[in-house]
Amino acid sequence: MAAAMRRLLRAGGRRGAALVVAAGGTRSQTLRLIYTTTAAWKKNVAASGPEKYTEAFIKKQIEEFNLGKRHLANMMGEDPETFTQEDIDRAIAYLFPSGLFDKRARPMMKHPTEIFPEQRKIQWGEDGRPFHFLFYTGKQSYYSLMHDTYEKLLNVQKHQDQMAAQDLPPQKEKKNLVGSRWLTKTELEEMLLEKLSDDDYSRFIQLLQKLVTSPCGNIEENYIKKFSREISAQLQKVVIEPLKHDDRGVAFSTGEGERKTSRATVIVYDNGTGKITVNGIDVLHYFPVLQDREQLLFPFQFLDRVGKHDMVCTVSGGGRSSQAGAIRLASAKALRSFVTEKEVEFMRQAGLLTVDPRVKERKKPGQEGARRKFTWKKR
Amino acid sequence: MAVPRILRAAAPRLYSSLPAPVPAPAPAPAARSPGPGADDRLLTEPLSQPDFFNVKELFSLKDLFNARVHLGHKKGCRHRFMEPYIFGCRLDQDIIDLDQTMDHLQLALNFTAHIAYRKGIILFVSRNRQFCHLIESTAQECGEYAHTRYWQGGLLTNAPIQFGSGVRLPDLLIFLSSLNNVFEPHVAIRDAAKMNIPTVGVVDTNCNPCLITYPIPGNDDSPTAMELYCKLFKMTIIRAKDYRKQREVFHELQSKAEGN
Repeated sequence: MAAAMRRLLRAGGRRGAALVVAAGGTRSQTLRLIYTTTAAWKKNVAASGPEKYTEAFIKKQIEEFNLGKRHLANMMGEDPETFTQEDIDRAIAYLFPSGLFDKRARPMMKHPTEIFPEQRKIQWGEDGRPFHFLFYTGKQSYYSLMHDTYEKLLNVQKHQDQMAAQDLPPQKEKKNLVGSRWLTKTELEEMLLEKLSDDDYSRFIQLLQKLVTSPCGNIEENYIKKFSREISAQLQKVVIEPLKHDDRGVAFSTGEGERKTSRATVIVYDNGTGKITVNGIDVLHYFPVLQDREQLLFPFQFLDRVGKHDMVCTVSGGGRSSQAGAIRLASAKALRSFVTEKEVEFMRQAGLLTVDPRVKERKKPGQEGARRKFTWKKR
Repeated sequence: MAVPRILRAAAPRLYSSLPAPVPAPAPAPAARSPGPGADDRLLTEPLSQPDFFNVKELFSLKDLFNARVHLGHKKGCRHRFMEPYIFGCRLDQDIIDLDQTMDHLQLALNFTAHIAYRKGIILFVSRNRQFCHLIESTAQECGEYAHTRYWQGGLLTNAPIQFGSGVRLPDLLIFLSSLNNVFEPHVAIRDAAKMNIPTVGVVDTNCNPCLITYPIPGNDDSPTAMELYCKLFKMTIIRAKDYRKQREVFHELQSKAEGN
């Protein structure tokens, strides 16, 4: 019996994580196999050769995960049936508090499909014959994709010839390519589960392009759609808000502006006398310097509406000059509602509606300031 | 003809007089799959006749002529070792001897049929871009494999590392064009010879027939010729595979009957 046990243990080989326990008993000396979890003695799976994760291994991991999830739910005193991934994360963070900065280094318990990357399983059957007819090329998914796309191209050309033979004009409706883009190389790699080179990718895109631009390419629209993605609208037309009226019947409009770290909101009223209030304080008191008041005046001066509007502003952050700039931008934005589209275009060209992107440049190590270097000494 | 005799001498196994297939000494125990005796019978049965699968009927000289198989390249492109296979030269263009082609084609198709009967892996290789799609479709339809793309260096010689350990290499390579895009002999010819894999290849007048086990002198540039070759190979492979299935079913029924 001891010899049999030794034989069993030796035969277990690499996966011999099974503890063989001989159950006592006079007649039947059964050997009970107790399996320990692989996590206890897991070797470096990533370093072992091409057959990294076999299907059986992944299946076992999933079973262990589900079992562990139930145990965890019991431990936390919650219902095992309704234990979601977020609950798991919270439970693990509670049971194994970690101060490590990298979130990926902290203990985690996720479903095996998230941990083990999706890999291609063994490509051939029991008799050794590969499943895919292009297996021996090395890049079977990519070349089979090229094969299928070329077949579609041949179909299209055949169709074209048929139409030409029947003297029918080629279809004029072309698929609008403006709002769509082709798959990126990474997306294609994910789709095929294979590494691609840049050359391969560009060849595939060229073939797709040829398919789309050929006269009867509309037939294969469904096929092409698989490889194109919609781009959401890039250019958004800026909507100028219409004038609002307050309870007195006076038209007003609001605008927001920023400059460096200042943020300003402005309400411009119609039928005014040119009175400006900033944070409840009159402009002459808030901005004693002429330069700042000139900045505030500029939009009105540009539109020849100097004494015609009242302004109520709130501004915070920054210094005096940046606050003035912020209010200027805000008031220009507010004035768009009072003015024709042509004048809005003039304002835009004058730079009144553009946010000034200049901010304070950071100081670099080894230098005194952003640009200033330490004094250079020859020796 | 000198050449076919040499070839026949080189491959005596196919034509030597084998002892009559020995029946199994005792009836095999009732098993679902045919027993070891039946396996022997399965394998030795096609070896009883020279042209067991009757591949001769698949093509005729007229077919080859109509498919322009006899047209070679210009005189300047001629390879020295192809001179025995060339019938003559007209207006500087070489004409391939179709009688020799017939014999070679029969040998090659017969060999392919035997490989397919024994469930070998057949790999179609060609580097001619014009017929890449045709050859891949042919391979797909027969249930065999094709490689008409860029040949990575270690495919045959370094296969366990490239594909994973336990990969099975092809048992036959069929070259539908034995040159690559730079008009040099395809690397796979040399690699197959290194790995002891037999090759069948269509050799044009500018190709080197040296390392190819069963060369087929013929045109590899015309679409009609390539379609003919693809059709012939497909028909032989399918025929051989169907025959194999038939015999397996027959042996299975026989063993069941014997068991009962």
